[in-house]
Amino acid sequence: MRKPKQWIAAAAAGVLSVGMATAEAVEIEYWQYFFEARVTAMDTLIENFEKANPDITVKMSHFPYADYRTKVAAAIPAGEGPDVVQLFYGWLNDYVDAELIQPLPNDVFDPGMIEAEFFPMVSAMKRGDSYMALPTAVRSLALFYNERLFEEAGIESPPATLDELVETAKKLTKKDGAGNVTSVGITTGMTGQDHHWFREVLTRQFGGDPYKDGYKTVNYNDDAGKAALAFYDGLRSEHGVTVNGFMDEAQAAFKAGRAGMHIDGSFRIGALDKTRGLKWGVAELPAGPTGIKSNYSSYWVNAITSKASDEKYDAAVKFMQYVTSDEAMQIWLDTVGELPAKPSTALTEANKGHAVYGPFVRGLEYANSTVFANESAQRQVLVDMVSRVELEGQSLEEALSDAATAEQVILDEYYQ
Amino acid sequence: MSAYRNLSIAQKQIVWAWAFLAVPVLFYVSIRFYPTANAFLLAFQEWNLLGTRRWAGIDNFVKLWHDPVFWIVFKNTMLYLIIGTPISLLISFIVAYHLDKVRFMHGFIRALYFLPFLTSTVAMAWVWRWFYQPVPIGLFNNFLASLGISQIAFLNSTSNALPAILAPAVWAGLGFQIIIFMAGLRAIPQTYYEAARIDGVSWWTTLWEITLPLLKPTIVFIVVFSSIGFLRIFDQVFNMTTNNPGGPLNSTKPLVLMIYDTAFNGYNMGYAAAQTVVLFTVLLLVSLLQLRILRDR
Repeated sequence: MRKPKQWIAAAAAGVLSVGMATAEAVEIEYWQYFFEARVTAMDTLIENFEKANPDITVKMSHFPYADYRTKVAAAIPAGEGPDVVQLFYGWLNDYVDAELIQPLPNDVFDPGMIEAEFFPMVSAMKRGDSYMALPTAVRSLALFYNERLFEEAGIESPPATLDELVETAKKLTKKDGAGNVTSVGITTGMTGQDHHWFREVLTRQFGGDPYKDGYKTVNYNDDAGKAALAFYDGLRSEHGVTVNGFMDEAQAAFKAGRAGMHIDGSFRIGALDKTRGLKWGVAELPAGPTGIKSNYSSYWVNAITSKASDEKYDAAVKFMQYVTSDEAMQIWLDTVGELPAKPSTALTEANKGHAVYGPFVRGLEYANSTVFANESAQRQVLVDMVSRVELEGQSLEEALSDAATAEQVILDEYYQ
Repeated sequence: MSAYRNLSIAQKQIVWAWAFLAVPVLFYVSIRFYPTANAFLLAFQEWNLLGTRRWAGIDNFVKLWHDPVFWIVFKNTMLYLIIGTPISLLISFIVAYHLDKVRFMHGFIRALYFLPFLTSTVAMAWVWRWFYQPVPIGLFNNFLASLGISQIAFLNSTSNALPAILAPAVWAGLGFQIIIFMAGLRAIPQTYYEAARIDGVSWWTTLWEITLPLLKPTIVFIVVFSSIGFLRIFDQVFNMTTNNPGGPLNSTKPLVLMIYDTAFNGYNMGYAAAQTVVLFTVLLLVSLLQLRILRDR
């Protein structure tokens, strides 16, 4: 079955390479999912890259997020599609196992150099002696706050600790005559970014370590986890400064000016900037009771696919070099609002002192990246944990231990 | 060609019939039967959409049997069916029966009932989702709060969420069922009613002995059609609970949503295909059962 097809492909490649040789140009294809700012940023990067490398053209294709993975999976084994592809850091195992991507060449992307230059969480992209993929940008969390509501409540500065967070939230909460909350002090809801806040920030701040064995074993079912959950649920049950899922979506409540504070990622900056009449500020996530600071970071990476070979491979390597350069990272920060993946570029005084990016950039210094087996399923576990406490009156201990068991099942199935 | 020339006219007609039928047959085989067969095959395999498929025997079905979420989801799916179908049948019959007798603004009222059926399910689900929100944005709860009545947790409740999601689904399907019922009512010859009137038969007897028996084919159609619709419910649930799909705590999750989640969030295609096979079997059994119970004796 395969023989004639290969023969035809070889013949076609021969004809093509003759055509190529005369034009002396290589065209490589780049794929990412559609997110307007990312596409705009990549357009700029491609333009700059082509100017510096006149013999290479890069063709970008983008797809809706929902179809992205399917398209990649179908195209590459068929010898079509991208030479350089974008993927979420959590998908790396799947892409490596399916042989969709190939290792980056060690002579250009020296592992020692990468480890020295990039943020430590990027080491999750290493397989064996080589790196499989590298990010242009990383994201972290911070505390957004509504300046108008702060002013109204007479609060001068955003909370620096969890205790201050509760006190500030109390001042910001508004209720109607019947006691219904009409404006929350702080948004909560595990469906947003709060599950990251709980995992990587709160459990660590109460003295725990959420996972063991390289994120293969759940470890938050201990006193630290209990304290973290008690704090989180306490915002609603004890202090009444929030309603889970208030106004349907936390970010919608914040945009509408009905939430004093809101924890979200740097990718939210663009949308908030476009919201008219909203005056907002950003602060680092509040520190824990013993002063521990923590943050969660995630990132998208680029990789060279197994389809790229010969001159396309060389061009793809050059392109990878450019999109992981300092220049590309700064362009990405200015266009998308995602933070440079190298401390040397991210932690400049200008970036650290930036009113908006500053808190996110400072957060990167102490950020952790959860290695997810199935992010949406693992998030669901925490969503259900909080729901069981709120809707079914389950005790915090039981809810936490049920969640730990359920999440361990997901991890075991994946790593079996 | 000589073979063709030797055929009788009837045989030639058959040849031509098949020539024309070949187009839809090919179409169906390639875009319906082939993927269906493939899904059945996939149910016995393990595949994460990226790598190679591996044989898994009946592992997927064993896993499904022991999956507590599956049984919750199965129960939800059945609840959508056994609450949704009778209620929508009853309401649409009552509306159609009375609408049939109304002359004043008949077309306008009928259009009003049909309108939700024309509306996009997604848009409708999001509007109802807004209706159901708590204070300060939800329509229903704002109304309750203005009367001084305490709020009702429509969607954020394990007991209220399923009926709350079912209500707009029933409402949206009414228009179509009413039109079908009215067509059925119109098809009953007036002579039966005239004869009944001459005999002085009561309203109830007319309904029970003439209208309903003669409407039976219509009822069978609507029951089967709406049952399939409720067993496959997805859009309403997914769009009204996107933050926590099928939640809270899986209390609204139908089988189709579980399939979607397994396939496109968990990338566990084999397991999802096994769920699809179960859904297919349930749909087949329910439809056959209904046709058997409701068929003419």
